[in-house]
Amino acid sequence: MNELSRPAVLDVARIREDFPILTQRVHGKKLVFLDSAASAQKPRAVIDAMREAMETQYANVHRGLHWMSERTTAAYEATRDAVARLIGAASREEIVFTRNSTEAINLVAHSYGRGVLRPGQAVLISGMEHHSNLVPWQMLRDAHGIELRVAPVTDAGELDMPAFEALLADGGVGLVAITHMSNVLGTVTPAARIAALAHAHGAKVLFDGSQAVVHRRIDVQALDADFYAFTGHKLYGPTGIGVLWGRRALLEAMPPFLGGGDMISSVTYERSTWAAVPHKFEAGTPAILEAIGLAAAIRYVEAIGYDAIAAHEAALTDHALGRLAQVEGVHVLGRAQDRGGVVSFTLDGAHAHDVATLLDRQGIAVRAGHHCAEPLMRRFGLDSTARASFGIYTTHAEIDALAEALDRVRAFFA
Amino acid sequence: MRWPKRSIACALSSPDATGDTGPAMFDDLRDLYQETILDHGRHPRHAHRLEAFDATARGDNPMCGDRVQVWVKRGPGDTISDVGFEARGCAICVASADLMAETLPGRTVAEFGDLFDAFRGMVTTGKRPADGAREEDMERLEPLSGVHEFPSRVKCATLAWHAAAAALAGSGEASSE
Repeated sequence: MNELSRPAVLDVARIREDFPILTQRVHGKKLVFLDSAASAQKPRAVIDAMREAMETQYANVHRGLHWMSERTTAAYEATRDAVARLIGAASREEIVFTRNSTEAINLVAHSYGRGVLRPGQAVLISGMEHHSNLVPWQMLRDAHGIELRVAPVTDAGELDMPAFEALLADGGVGLVAITHMSNVLGTVTPAARIAALAHAHGAKVLFDGSQAVVHRRIDVQALDADFYAFTGHKLYGPTGIGVLWGRRALLEAMPPFLGGGDMISSVTYERSTWAAVPHKFEAGTPAILEAIGLAAAIRYVEAIGYDAIAAHEAALTDHALGRLAQVEGVHVLGRAQDRGGVVSFTLDGAHAHDVATLLDRQGIAVRAGHHCAEPLMRRFGLDSTARASFGIYTTHAEIDALAEALDRVRAFFA
Repeated sequence: MRWPKRSIACALSSPDATGDTGPAMFDDLRDLYQETILDHGRHPRHAHRLEAFDATARGDNPMCGDRVQVWVKRGPGDTISDVGFEARGCAICVASADLMAETLPGRTVAEFGDLFDAFRGMVTTGKRPADGAREEDMERLEPLSGVHEFPSRVKCATLAWHAAAAALAGSGEASSE
């Protein structure tokens, strides 16, 4: 990796050199990749780390009494330390590896939901959840008699805090599960305040940090969270590796999620006993190479520094909102005070799919659809939007290109 | 089911469309967005619920959120006498539904099956099958053949057809998945 020395201003040109894919051309045009919120591109450091592990030291973890396995186990476990440091966990044992955020949330819904929550208690989510932080709770509701409550979203696209607090008032909520940053609106939710209110009313709190962890420093202890979920592939790491952080006492009180190898202490036909946390929740051969890739991604992000990343993305978002406001017929969804680098919009006279196809022909990759947040779309009376999302490699010129391209799309459908 | 007024509006635009071919940048998109498609996308002729109908079904594309409801009225014998639809979808989705509604009246249910097969073949391969469907019907649907170059959009073109097939089969729902 380049020697990136925490510049006050992020050197985008230098960062772009670290991402081999950014030199690709699409339909003969320069690639303008504005779909990082779906999945981010990978820096050379991640690609190299995974390839080198396969070429020089690969074996299964936690079981081989040989050099390769010991080396690979050490690298895999080192990722746990890197994640613990990244999000300010109290200990490495609080870091559980999953496939992605979805699996992390399902783990909590299954193990905490069925193991600790009692039928009749409620789970409180918000009206801006990704389906991954909605469907697992519906399944828990239907299987375990849990009530599901939904805190509304304001017209500005923010969490309606008075309504949120009112839903906690009867003390019936056992768990609050809310996004830390909306993948549609870009809204960053007031996590510390949410956690304080939840705790004041006797509830634990889980944050879906899939988007948030990409854009700003997360400190789970400062937030006073109880669970925090995120995925590696949006953080410039590989797919197939995600993280559940949970307070140790909570994790220890929860029954296992999946059963199998690696998660046991001893097994007889009569009964099995569980390994200590976090291994109790990591059945089977894990995503070894992906964990090694995630560690490389975390080192990469930390070398750039969250201060520089947050400043860069705030500037990009301001620029995007300003530029899109100048394009006739474009309407941006949501206007939260605190927001990250995700901008959803509609264009008068053109459906989001048509917009995306025409942008693609100009080399610009955006997402179009309901963004796995159908109830939120309905809340705003929409079926779909186009969404541009930014990463550390996104430039102001790319946002200008988007605005200019949208003008051409509008002319095409006019 | 009630559909918001703007249901079709999402796929169309101002009535004073000029038919201008637009910037050269989109020349290769003219295969996909032929004038007929843009016209039927903007001003669908059959985008309404039928007052009297014999069958209806809803089509959903869960991947992108496109949704269409199709109503079918049966005629004498095994024929289809009228088709109407309401769609919340892109220009391709609306235009395909409209061209389908224009084509089906007078055809038998069996002919619909053959036409759907031929149409699906055309939008996935770009080729019109040698037989199986009436030449004049395929002629009408020809403007949608450009969809085959855009694999992610094939389901937009077939959604209304899946819904019509479900309606005729007596099933209330269809999916383009």
